[in-house]
Amino acid sequence: MAEKVLMKGNEAIAESAIRSGCLHYFGYPITPQTEVAAYMAKRMPKIGGVFLQAESEISAINMVYGVAATGKRVMTSSSSPGISLKQEGISYIAGSDLPAVIVNVQRGGPGLGGIQPSQSDYFQATKGGGHGDYHLIVLTPSSVQEMADLTSLAFDLADKYRMPAMLLADGTMGQMMEPVVLPEPKNCTVDKPWALTGTECKREHNIVNSLYLSPEVLERTNIERFERYKEVEKNETRWEEYMMEDAEYCIVAFGIAARVAKNAIKVLREKGIKTGLIRPITVWPFPTEPIRKAADKVKGFISVELSMGQMIEDVKLAEECKKPVSLCSRSGGMIPDVEKIVKSVEEMANGEAK
Amino acid sequence: MAVVFEKPKSLTSKEFHYCPGCPHGIIHRLVAEAIDNLGIEGKAIGVAPVGCAVMAYDYFTCDMIEAAHGRAPAVATGIKRSLPENIVFTYQGDGDLASIGMAETVHAATRNENITIIFVNNAIYGMTGGQMAPTSLPGQVTQTSPYGRDVKTAGYPIKVAELLSSLDAPYYIERVAVNNVKNVKHAGKAIEKAFRNQMEGKGFSLIEVISACPTNWGLTPQKALQWVDEKMIPYYPLGVYRDKDKEASV
Repeated sequence: MAEKVLMKGNEAIAESAIRSGCLHYFGYPITPQTEVAAYMAKRMPKIGGVFLQAESEISAINMVYGVAATGKRVMTSSSSPGISLKQEGISYIAGSDLPAVIVNVQRGGPGLGGIQPSQSDYFQATKGGGHGDYHLIVLTPSSVQEMADLTSLAFDLADKYRMPAMLLADGTMGQMMEPVVLPEPKNCTVDKPWALTGTECKREHNIVNSLYLSPEVLERTNIERFERYKEVEKNETRWEEYMMEDAEYCIVAFGIAARVAKNAIKVLREKGIKTGLIRPITVWPFPTEPIRKAADKVKGFISVELSMGQMIEDVKLAEECKKPVSLCSRSGGMIPDVEKIVKSVEEMANGEAK
Repeated sequence: MAVVFEKPKSLTSKEFHYCPGCPHGIIHRLVAEAIDNLGIEGKAIGVAPVGCAVMAYDYFTCDMIEAAHGRAPAVATGIKRSLPENIVFTYQGDGDLASIGMAETVHAATRNENITIIFVNNAIYGMTGGQMAPTSLPGQVTQTSPYGRDVKTAGYPIKVAELLSSLDAPYYIERVAVNNVKNVKHAGKAIEKAFRNQMEGKGFSLIEVISACPTNWGLTPQKALQWVDEKMIPYYPLGVYRDKDKEASV
């Protein structure tokens, strides 16, 4: 039985990545995720791995592109403004069908924003982010344990589906300390015949590329990639349901917002308002199905977010306008507290929700 | 009948897409000959740029990757750090390397990253149809400097070999040209040395190749090569700007 250790979320990501066989990390300092880089800087030289502080986030993601092309597990991490800079590279990685893991420990935006926790990169993470037709697998941890577990899962899914996966954490998850059981060491088990390794003059050359000057070929490539995305939607959609059996109101929340929501649900139930939670663990693919099903049972949905309201659009699409959906959110680095969530659900129950 | 002149093994049979009179074909050949001479075809991994040479991945028989505009040195860094035993090179133009990719270039150089960069300087953006490059000469007429490059508003050309040789780290930097037989022969030797340095673990080697762009300069191939002699080389003097082999022996 593995031992529990007390760890900061950012460090749990780093250690979990190493245990997942990631021996290449490229980063650039930015609050509130710098501990990932610091941990990697300390550990990688001791285990024969590569830590490199790149000259920019742009360079870091392109170094990731290079390593990913050689078939090795590789990761970069940053926070919101830095993730914006990485978008070009992420688009190339997606367009070249390469696996890689990108960590975004989000802070408030837009622009330089602030350094307090946020979930306001939801659109960027789930709707593409960079240019072109593509998706990332986007995992949203709600505890330090999940920071470790979902990092490990991100590597496996990225390799399995040959696509980049993102760990979309909010700053709270990066900074808080909790007991965690670290995953067992493992390695990639997927065969990568496409990898650049040098031909050894024994095979045709491999080309890693996202350029298709023929529109017919580019369209076909995109269609094939979206066939793969359908498989991801079918097999990899993950969520948690909490007290949904008898719920009349359904909160949808992830990350720190889901944890506050669980406390709010206890208060609401004491008040006789039967509330439950659907917590997306993947926000792409989004857990559309459980929300659609819940729409037949509950009286309404409350999307609790650390943004001006981004995930709410996916909640509305999922429940197909069957029931009202209201937003309970704080932005700019603020976190909705139990009282605010309780009030939002009560407003809906009283028919006062806007 | 004996064959006296062959295509290098490291070039595929794919026809080049380059314009008539474009020296990219010569430079590709020099790179392929260097790879052949050193016997590294099976170990080489090339990084293509964005620019005229974007489809270089179709022309070399080794494993290839296409980088985003300017990012080739960062991509090459990732590959080399992942596969230190392989031979990693980038092939980049002036807009790619000296404009949008300047940060990647300078930092790969200052890390003495053990890679080989072939930098083709023809003083213009070719693929997009002849815009001003960071290396366009003062007064040079291009699509985006239609009255000639005005150094008061557009600044001066960047001399990459000189700039990078101001850094302590890089191992070998030389500027060559491919406008006549003598220069082509010498360029081949410099390129081969840049690859050999990497094989010997010496570090960052960059060959700046002064090239020509007859199409976008609006000159015949012959006149373009003459323009290299009369205008380009006086501004961009050929020669070795850094060679730690020599420094070590002094």
